[in-house]
Amino acid sequence: MSIDTRTVQNVARLARLQLSPEELDPCAEQLSRILTLMETLNGLPTEGVEPMSHAVDIRLPEREDQVCNGDQREALLACAPDTEQYHFRVPKIIE
Amino acid sequence: MKHPPPSRYESVIGLEVHAQMRTRSKIFCGCPNQFGAVANSQICPVCAAFPGVLPVLNREAVNMAIKTGLAIHGQLRLFSEFSRKNYFYPDLPAGYQISQYELPIVEQGHLMIDSPTDKTSKRIGITRIHMEVDAGKSLHEGILGASWVDLNRTGTPLMEIVSEPDLRSSAEAGEYLKKLRAIVRYLEVCDGNMEEGSFRCDANVSVRLRGTTTLGTRCELKNLNSIRNVMRAIDYEVERQIELVEHGEQVVQESRLWNADLNSSRSMRGKEDAHDYRYFPEPDLPPLRITPERIEAVAQTMPELPEAKSVRFQTQYQLSAYDAGVLTSSRELADYFEAVAQHTADLGHPNPKAAANWVTVELCGRLNRDNREIQHTPIPAHRLGQLLAMIQRGTLSGKMAKEIFEILFTDGGDPEQIVRQQGLQQVTDQDAIVQVIEQVLDAHPEDVGLYLAGKTKVFGFLVGQIMKASQGKANPALVNQLLQSQLLKRG
Amino acid sequence: MELSRLSLAHAADLLRKRSLSSVELTRFFLTRIEQKNPELNAYITVDEEGALAAAQAADARLARGDGTPLTGLPLAVKDLFCTHGLRTTCASKMLHTFCPPYESTVTRRLKEAGAVLLGKTNMDEFAMGSSNETSFFGPARNPWNPARTPGGSSGGSAVAVAAGLCLAAIGTDTGGSIRQPAAMTGITGLKPTYGRISRFGMIAFASSLDQAGPMTRSVADAALLLQSMAGHDPLDSTSIDAVVPSYAEALTAHVQGLRIGIPAEYFAEGLTDAVRDAVERAITTFRALGAQCIPLSLPSTPYAIPTYYVIAPAEASSNLARYDGVRFGYRCENPKDLQDMYARSRAEGFGAEVKRRIMLGTYVLSSGYYDAYYRKAQKVRRLIADDFQTALAQVDLLLTPTTPETAFLIGEKNNDPVRMYLSDIFTINVNLAGLPAISLPCGFDANSLPIGLQLIGRPLQESTLLTAGQAFQQATDWHLRSPV
Repeated sequence: MSIDTRTVQNVARLARLQLSPEELDPCAEQLSRILTLMETLNGLPTEGVEPMSHAVDIRLPEREDQVCNGDQREALLACAPDTEQYHFRVPKIIE
Repeated sequence: MKHPPPSRYESVIGLEVHAQMRTRSKIFCGCPNQFGAVANSQICPVCAAFPGVLPVLNREAVNMAIKTGLAIHGQLRLFSEFSRKNYFYPDLPAGYQISQYELPIVEQGHLMIDSPTDKTSKRIGITRIHMEVDAGKSLHEGILGASWVDLNRTGTPLMEIVSEPDLRSSAEAGEYLKKLRAIVRYLEVCDGNMEEGSFRCDANVSVRLRGTTTLGTRCELKNLNSIRNVMRAIDYEVERQIELVEHGEQVVQESRLWNADLNSSRSMRGKEDAHDYRYFPEPDLPPLRITPERIEAVAQTMPELPEAKSVRFQTQYQLSAYDAGVLTSSRELADYFEAVAQHTADLGHPNPKAAANWVTVELCGRLNRDNREIQHTPIPAHRLGQLLAMIQRGTLSGKMAKEIFEILFTDGGDPEQIVRQQGLQQVTDQDAIVQVIEQVLDAHPEDVGLYLAGKTKVFGFLVGQIMKASQGKANPALVNQLLQSQLLKRG
Repeated sequence: MELSRLSLAHAADLLRKRSLSSVELTRFFLTRIEQKNPELNAYITVDEEGALAAAQAADARLARGDGTPLTGLPLAVKDLFCTHGLRTTCASKMLHTFCPPYESTVTRRLKEAGAVLLGKTNMDEFAMGSSNETSFFGPARNPWNPARTPGGSSGGSAVAVAAGLCLAAIGTDTGGSIRQPAAMTGITGLKPTYGRISRFGMIAFASSLDQAGPMTRSVADAALLLQSMAGHDPLDSTSIDAVVPSYAEALTAHVQGLRIGIPAEYFAEGLTDAVRDAVERAITTFRALGAQCIPLSLPSTPYAIPTYYVIAPAEASSNLARYDGVRFGYRCENPKDLQDMYARSRAEGFGAEVKRRIMLGTYVLSSGYYDAYYRKAQKVRRLIADDFQTALAQVDLLLTPTTPETAFLIGEKNNDPVRMYLSDIFTINVNLAGLPAISLPCGFDANSLPIGLQLIGRPLQESTLLTAGQAFQQATDWHLRSPV
């Protein structure tokens, strides 16, 4: 399977990764090669096989409904690139 | 409805409700689940999606979803699954929302509504209920050149309740929402506050020619923060779509943002990304397995629901279906009514019908005037019970009781005391009444003569004069009885 | 006495007897790191202050006689375990200044067991790579030959252990990231059963595959570290709630009568002669020890690489969405709007391989391709797991080479991602099936580069791996060879 630069651009947009025009062709070429490798899977019949999402089959644990986290505002905001009045600050979100 | 659609068309409406669950802590971490706290004061590395953290499911959120599923007669899946819905937004810290996608916890439920349009009871299908996390909040207004992100709400447990496109008018949509909201409130799984956003609704609307069965192209209406707005937005949308169709134009499938101030909606097309959510099973959470025993245990904790309560009110209290329906529209109102009825009975004067009347007509009417809910009634149930018992006992006339009621509503207090202070008590002292009767009879000898001559019509006139002389405080039943005997004495 | 080659048990003994203090041992390693790290680049961050403070505290405990199994032992951890207040970079520009305000369960348990953390080791960026070359901080170098890669992604941990820059280290393994570098640097590397060790605070690459494990100079050391880290964690919903056996006991068991399966597919083309010979000699050793070696087949083996390179990037593309420049990590200069901030912060903050995998993962999950790639891969994953289950119903263990070849040159496979991916061909299957596996040194090639063999066990049967590994190391001395 070979993918074109338009697809690459679309995927990069979905993934929020800026790609320069020079990066498009090599990227398309590499992804195409990897996808070709993946297509060997088509040689294996899988009708009726249950998809496997988890490495081990365990029961989902549930925790008690208890408040156990203190206020970690200062510590978490200290990690942020930009804050203002106890908020994370980002460029204007245009609705 | 202000603008009934031309009868050639029929509207097809489905609602998606997001109900915030009233757990103590968030769905995947131990942060408090509370509205209105200081910005970012209720966050931890887990809900703020810091590197390396993992979600752990809150048991109570699952129980609440089970309860709601049972209440809407849904099928509970013993095996359900969480997925990731991937998209970028500053208030979605992980870059994905954990949500149930392919295998939701509840499927195929329904609600019965009384259709205001058809005047019949109608079954509205509920496709599914699934659990998911709420996002945080972005603030834009008044911030120069930036937006702010507050993650307190991030991780609040949500139920998304999706109806079938079974609703045919905005009025039915309103009924459905009221019913659903009453249920989640009864169950105490959601406080149902649309203004604060704890009970949010998106509406999918399409129109088609009556008699056809294929669905038209639908639009999704967003930003509907009250039942009234849901109804107005649907009416607007139905009209807009009919107009398009009438002019031979196509309805475009899109999301539309409702503006309550302008009473209109606008397309969000172009503003939003061409979404591709790339759902896949959440690898951090194994599938959720629930047992029939657990469902049974949860069922045991369910309160009596509106429909069952209404039936009980009709049999236990001999109420009309209408009164029972009104009283059970909210758990608080039903509880209030029962407390009033109980209290009057405890005072030796049971009269549930009168209690129902006073609660639905006087109290609800008065609360409505003030735009208040029953939870905020200034009259405690036992005070209203007292008041009703006083009427039953004959201490108060209906007219007087209404005056006391108003005082109780505005100033509060004990009805017995108010009556004493205001001197409003009915005069039931026989001697006192006889005294007044004698005075009146003495002042109207001709009428006494007429009565004794067989002109019994003057009896009413004499009663009137006696009530007037007593300033309305005399007990009318006693007056009747005593007047009779006093007149006979003069015969 | 060569301190740089001390076993954990021996070091603990010396500390307990007070013939050596933890501060002395810690200083020894800090000095050695100072001398050797500039060349080997094993550590990204050395926490001299924290290590010495922990060593002092350990000495105080030892003086009181209430030491725990790891008290005072200087260890290194891969730089993707979040350490409270200590920079955790994931070898990425994206996190190069990130100081977590919380602690991973692995490092918390190690610290509670008394360990001294010397620092954070180099790795492929976000654990994506097989050679340590994708690190933002430059590649770690193989102490057997610094022109060569130590493998990856836990390359720094492998180098630190092989070169004696710590007593032992912790790595993580998503597709071979503990075992492949262990093989290439001549050390022991154990990837436990998925869920045996908590993933909380371990920065995720592919959530359904990631698992932490010890990287040590002996099987006995691996057993000791596994004991400290294994067990259920309420903070990780995928952690297994099962009793943790005594791994020390496993070391004393013997391999007489153990059935070891030899899967034919692992000895097919692509395997170098040197590796084949070394592994075949190891089979002979196991036979001599009384084990039964039984040829068998794992027919789905060739599908493991494509399956992995659908599933791992898909999960990674989602796991790495949180690096958006909003709450932590790198944000580009002067973003002109929100979308620009996202796209540039991520483009500038991530390296080429990470971006490649995010692109790949985004693509295979996107509308229209999900069934063809992602769901298909999940089904094949099931077939691979079933294959192992069938095989492990007949035998107790599987024995394979860890890698098809010995350490390759830095830069050799840089421009060819597919070729690089193929270097994990023998390890990736194990992660897809969630099984435990260990890599043991079993020889050297003509260039004096170490060769590793892999033992694969049943779920939660780490003990069997340790039993067989210990027997092998008692019969051989490959693990005692030192590059320096």
